[in-house]
Amino acid sequence: MVRDMTNALSRLLETRDWLMADGATGTNLFNMGLSSGDAPEMWNVEHPEKIKALYAGAVDAGSDLFLTNSFGGNASRLKLHGAEGRVRELNRIAAELGREVADAAGRPVIVAGSVGPTGEIMAPMGSLTHELAVEMFHEQAEGLKEGGADVLWVETISAVEEYKAAAEAAKLAGMAWCGTMSFDTAGRTMMGITSADLAKVIDKLDHPPLAFGANCGVGAADLLRTVLGFAATGSQTPIIAKGNAGIPKYHDGHIHYDGTPSLMGDYAVLARDCGATIIGGCCGTTPEHLRAMKEALETRPRGDRPTLDEIAAKLGGFSSTSDGTDGDGPERRKSRRRG
Amino acid sequence: MSDQDDIILSELNDEELVEQMFDDLYDGLKEEIEEGVEILLERGWTPYRVLTEALVGGMTVVGRDFRDGILFVPEVLLAANAMKGGMAILKPLLAETGAPRVGKMVIGTVKGDIHDIGKNLVSMMMEGAGFEVVDLGINNAVEKYLEALETEKPDILGMSALLTTTMPYMKTVIDTMVEQGIRDDYIVLVGGAPLNEEFGRAIGADAYCRDAAVAVDTAKAFVARKHNQMNA
Repeated sequence: MVRDMTNALSRLLETRDWLMADGATGTNLFNMGLSSGDAPEMWNVEHPEKIKALYAGAVDAGSDLFLTNSFGGNASRLKLHGAEGRVRELNRIAAELGREVADAAGRPVIVAGSVGPTGEIMAPMGSLTHELAVEMFHEQAEGLKEGGADVLWVETISAVEEYKAAAEAAKLAGMAWCGTMSFDTAGRTMMGITSADLAKVIDKLDHPPLAFGANCGVGAADLLRTVLGFAATGSQTPIIAKGNAGIPKYHDGHIHYDGTPSLMGDYAVLARDCGATIIGGCCGTTPEHLRAMKEALETRPRGDRPTLDEIAAKLGGFSSTSDGTDGDGPERRKSRRRG
Repeated sequence: MSDQDDIILSELNDEELVEQMFDDLYDGLKEEIEEGVEILLERGWTPYRVLTEALVGGMTVVGRDFRDGILFVPEVLLAANAMKGGMAILKPLLAETGAPRVGKMVIGTVKGDIHDIGKNLVSMMMEGAGFEVVDLGINNAVEKYLEALETEKPDILGMSALLTTTMPYMKTVIDTMVEQGIRDDYIVLVGGAPLNEEFGRAIGADAYCRDAAVAVDTAKAFVARKHNQMNA
């Protein structure tokens, strides 16, 4: 694959052998006073100073890349808040605010335009057609592009069909992109996709991502098992690891993730040893976690690829015994018709 | 041609037919399920027996393999769709024959959350287990839940959230129920990807259900307990 060097992320990947991404968006916005049930994207217009503070939190903690506050910024999701007519505007502003923060950093920082799932099931199982999904993602992509995002960052996807629709939208918008899936169900996505499946999918895309990987899911340990799965396919495309800071707990009206900054530091170094190039956090990851991750990545040496046991010893156990890539998983019921 | 044509449902005896219907539910074959239901009814099975032994039995297998990470959402949606075909035939007959009621559930995704995949799976599996389900859809404010509890008088309230930004809203609903003194009139079950057992306990739900299969088992256990208490 010939890499398109006109893109800021490609250039950064050329000069560095690891990059640190950002942490959570929802968790950090909650800490700033976002109410449960409200659309975070509205804050791009209503509280731009808080969104800039969110971005600056990651940049000041040493992130080389951060995601815009546009995860739910597609027409399907915004419709819930009666804002389906504001897709272009809310995404453009999300990226413009990001551009301001990144350009003031004094070092190259990538503005990655976050694109989350539509929340709908795609045809033939569900009602969302490929064409409509592409159209929704494309509308969002044009807004992010207009606001100055360096790349599109498609995340938390569970269906291959939706991943492909986002790829096509990125192509239509003429943008480079990265794409991660959420492996939250017995080591696979909700739709049953394994890490090896995703690696195969990106190899066949007509507009492949600059980097691919996993975000969110269950805990940091599960996420690294997924990264090992990507690495085992021998894929040459850089791998992204964006895991949650532990699991959510509820305290006095707040959600708190139980992963400590020190645990996330261990996670970051292990992620790199597993083969990830772009390393960040997801839900529960605050600037404090990011600082610990950055320090760990800068000060600790690279190690051998860890075994599953080593990962479990440092980060805790896995949510399932198999992730569907080892052939050790339980088998489907035999049926007479299928033979 | 595949060996699919080799199986003629009407030539199977009852036991083989039910076993084949388990396979066909598992494989999401709607027409075959509809045919199987019709055959069993023709053979004199009561609608309730067809529901419990063939459909609920088959969906239990699907639910178990979903819980164990063998089947995933697409397969379960197909299976549920096949079951729906059978249910469409049975529903009017069940009403006519006054079949026993397993329980009733009101379910909905909380305010701010558009996600309904998990909730729909729970609805389907609950129906598959014989429950009556009233689905409030997505984005439900507390008033909407309370209104449905008032009019539907269910045994169970189910709430779903897929986002960390919306899951705390479940507590808002439960707190309001407590304020109004109606919390203990219902079994409250919660679910969704970012939740866990501890969260369910912390917000005052009766139980957190990891997936649709667990939801069915939990609902059955709580309803049985409630009935026992009432009879005690």
